[in-house]
Amino acid sequence: MGNEEQQFKTVKKSAATSGYKVVGTRPVRPDGIEKVTGRANFGADLSLPGMLTGRIVRSPHAHARIISIKTDQAMALPGVKAVVTSADFPEIGPKQRGAGEAPISFRDLSRNVMAREKALYDGHAVAAVAATTAAIADQAAALIEVEYEVLPHVLDAREAMKPDAPVLHDDIFTKGVDPKPETPSNVTQRFQFGLGDTDAGFAEAEVVVEHDFTTQCVHQGYIEPHACVVDTTEDGMATVWASSQGQFMVRNYSATLCGMDISKVRVLPAEIGGGFGGKTTVYIEPVAIMLSKKSGKPVKLVMGREDVFRATGPTSGGHAYAKIGAKKDGTIVAAELTMEYEAGAFAGSPVQFGCMTGYAPYDIPNVKAVGYDVVVNRPKVAAYRAPGAPVAAFAVESALDDLAIKLNMDPIALREKNAAKEGTQAAYGPKFQRIGFVETLEAAKDHPHYSAPLGPNQGRGVASGFWFNIGGESSAAIHVNEDGTVEVVTANPDIGGSRASMAIMAAEVLGIGVDRVKPLIADTASSAYSALTGGSRVTFAVGKAVCEAADEVVDILRARAAKVWDVDLETVEWKDGAAINTKSDEGETLTLAQIANSAGKTGGPISGAANINAAGAGPGFGTHICDVEIDPETGRTSVIRYTAIQDVGTAIHPSYVEGQLQGGAAQGIGWALNEEYIYDDKGRLQNGGFLDYRVPVASDLPMIDTVLVEVPNPGHRFGVRGVGEVPIIPPLAAVANAVAAAAGTRVNDLPISPPRLLAAIDGAK
Amino acid sequence: MAKHHVSASVNGDPVEFLCDTQDTLLDVLRNNLQLTGSKEGCSTGDCGACSVTVDGRLMCSCLVLGIEADGRDIGTIEGVAEGDDLHPLQKHFLEEAALQCGICTPGFIVAAKALLEHNPDPTETEMRYWLAGNLCRCTGYDKIITAVTNAAAELREK
Repeated sequence: MGNEEQQFKTVKKSAATSGYKVVGTRPVRPDGIEKVTGRANFGADLSLPGMLTGRIVRSPHAHARIISIKTDQAMALPGVKAVVTSADFPEIGPKQRGAGEAPISFRDLSRNVMAREKALYDGHAVAAVAATTAAIADQAAALIEVEYEVLPHVLDAREAMKPDAPVLHDDIFTKGVDPKPETPSNVTQRFQFGLGDTDAGFAEAEVVVEHDFTTQCVHQGYIEPHACVVDTTEDGMATVWASSQGQFMVRNYSATLCGMDISKVRVLPAEIGGGFGGKTTVYIEPVAIMLSKKSGKPVKLVMGREDVFRATGPTSGGHAYAKIGAKKDGTIVAAELTMEYEAGAFAGSPVQFGCMTGYAPYDIPNVKAVGYDVVVNRPKVAAYRAPGAPVAAFAVESALDDLAIKLNMDPIALREKNAAKEGTQAAYGPKFQRIGFVETLEAAKDHPHYSAPLGPNQGRGVASGFWFNIGGESSAAIHVNEDGTVEVVTANPDIGGSRASMAIMAAEVLGIGVDRVKPLIADTASSAYSALTGGSRVTFAVGKAVCEAADEVVDILRARAAKVWDVDLETVEWKDGAAINTKSDEGETLTLAQIANSAGKTGGPISGAANINAAGAGPGFGTHICDVEIDPETGRTSVIRYTAIQDVGTAIHPSYVEGQLQGGAAQGIGWALNEEYIYDDKGRLQNGGFLDYRVPVASDLPMIDTVLVEVPNPGHRFGVRGVGEVPIIPPLAAVANAVAAAAGTRVNDLPISPPRLLAAIDGAK
Repeated sequence: MAKHHVSASVNGDPVEFLCDTQDTLLDVLRNNLQLTGSKEGCSTGDCGACSVTVDGRLMCSCLVLGIEADGRDIGTIEGVAEGDDLHPLQKHFLEEAALQCGICTPGFIVAAKALLEHNPDPTETEMRYWLAGNLCRCTGYDKIITAVTNAAAELREK
């Protein structure tokens, strides 16, 4: 449990990140009261008069041809208003693109939302009903008769790659191999990234380590199940209230899948009860639209927890092989990584991101990373916090730990010796600009945790991680009210406190108190397009749009003051929330509130907007220290102390940045120790609930100490880097390395559950 | 099937509702009484997002039938603040940033309030075990434990 020593919650400021008035403060979040009083409206909280309840019928088979679906009995039940199957959705061709630039296959998405020829996993949606009550909807769902021809199934990536494995799709011919295969397989694509010549590199190596790793499929585990309410009208309009990571994503995907014009779909964002990447696609909204169209009534569709586990998320499990060669002084000369990730039922695991990120923290002359994207009879994976990176880092950072032992070197010193810096050529492509990886290693070494004594059966592990972070299309508008308060309108769901960040940045640029700023999240008809909340992009990219919108407001305010004073615009400076007439001897000023109050006389409403495609996202690096205590009798592992250190650029609201580090660490600890999808021999999920799919609870964890290292990102005026993804990357290896130190034997297969650890301890005896 | 007529008290106010036999207390709170602060995260009693008190005792409202509420005194998140005055737990959750998405927050506040009424000065271990029935996937619990600790200290001073 909580350690005896005082917790250090540290922000390591640099000259470049000090000196702000609002940035770096910790105001109460603007949406806080609603969320602590139960007023906030999440996806399932809205009800409309005359609303129907929807239910989805799901395949009980892991792999089956759908012979027929009979819906007459269900439709005949009094109270049933609509039944839909894939026949109600337009067929989408393999080449058909959706609106915008989303790199996804709408043909696959359509088939994932509602199975067409085949059911491809246990829980795959095959039909849906809407009825006047939940009880009638349940009864109707049970009356839908689906005739299946059950097919052999495959769940594991390496099994699915074998020549005699059941093939899920007869139109998948592995991309990225030469020559192009003539027979279909489950391998959708081979990826390779690298630098130099690894054969020559390994020939130079004096010490070589190699390990094979397995990880299991894990779920994002957001507490709010997917939920939406849809109302359609006879003119073909659909209004959708949904909890998601992007109202524009829901609009564009739903319109494409339902064959509607985008202008016919309006999406109003509900509060979102967690997503972690799992709500970056649609599952139920297009179905609810079809149910509402067919019934002519509003429909609420809410997933149960078991549906969430069986049919949404998760992220890939898979295999990884890592081999690292070094000189005796610790200089790494060659490194390889080969990974096979389970994509679920359709192409698109994050294996390429695994290949790109695994060795990214290190400056290594010869690197080869190869990844295989493999379809299996599991739910189609969705993004999960730094998609693809945690499994790659588990392999690389575990192998590095073993290398440090073989070299008799401190694991942090080994990482420091090989750390990527400004100017390092990353194997996945770019040369790094200013990054703060070394600073996280220094902070880890200096932290009292790293030198604290350990007791019997205890061990300490360290591991690092890298994530790209992204920018992307972003919009913001700022409206000045008559009393000088302002509204900051953005269109990205607030998944963890981003309203506070938007308000802080607007206040900093405008020079006013954050209490004068009201952040709002607009629906799709009330804002310019913005890409979804994900990839740790919102505080960086949408923040950039907010700053630019605030710049425009400042320019207008200066112009209005210039007009009042009858001076040139250049004469007017903006400082501390007021225009200053630099030519006046008395230091004439007009505050924002004064200018706002007379806006009608100086030209009308004052408002600024910025619609940008934000570039310049700064990569993030983190280093975690983990102490565990193992029970050699039961094999149980307890995390007894944990410290997460990260280069966060500039922390706009440090409390919410710390929260990202702590939450990511907790998810990574769950991934390392408890979480896994368990299937029976028929491919049916056996643990689709929070009792048996064990996410960490309060009594599983210690306090999680954080150090925010601030190395500002040159691509953002306040130095913001995305912070949400990195913290889930190091924990898998940090925990595994700590267990290895405590147990004296390494467990390379996750989760390190009690039986698995016991077997390893017994095997090592 | 005829509905059941139930009389109960919710947050001190008398309420009456009609419910089906299979309706849970959570269904009734959310659908009949429009008290949507209690959330459904699992419907199996594993996540605690629907935490309420029944005659002062902490329960998952998804595991209680609506008809079982008859004659009982139900406490929900909507009754935690008194008028404009936030409960110290609510205040400290905000000050400590003990919520990110906020879906688990009502359940945590109801559960923590029940803890502090039962044990005004819990150790960190006691807090962690009491709150082990409430899942939070965002925060790693660190700031929640700090918020409850601070709220407990404030309540003891009152």
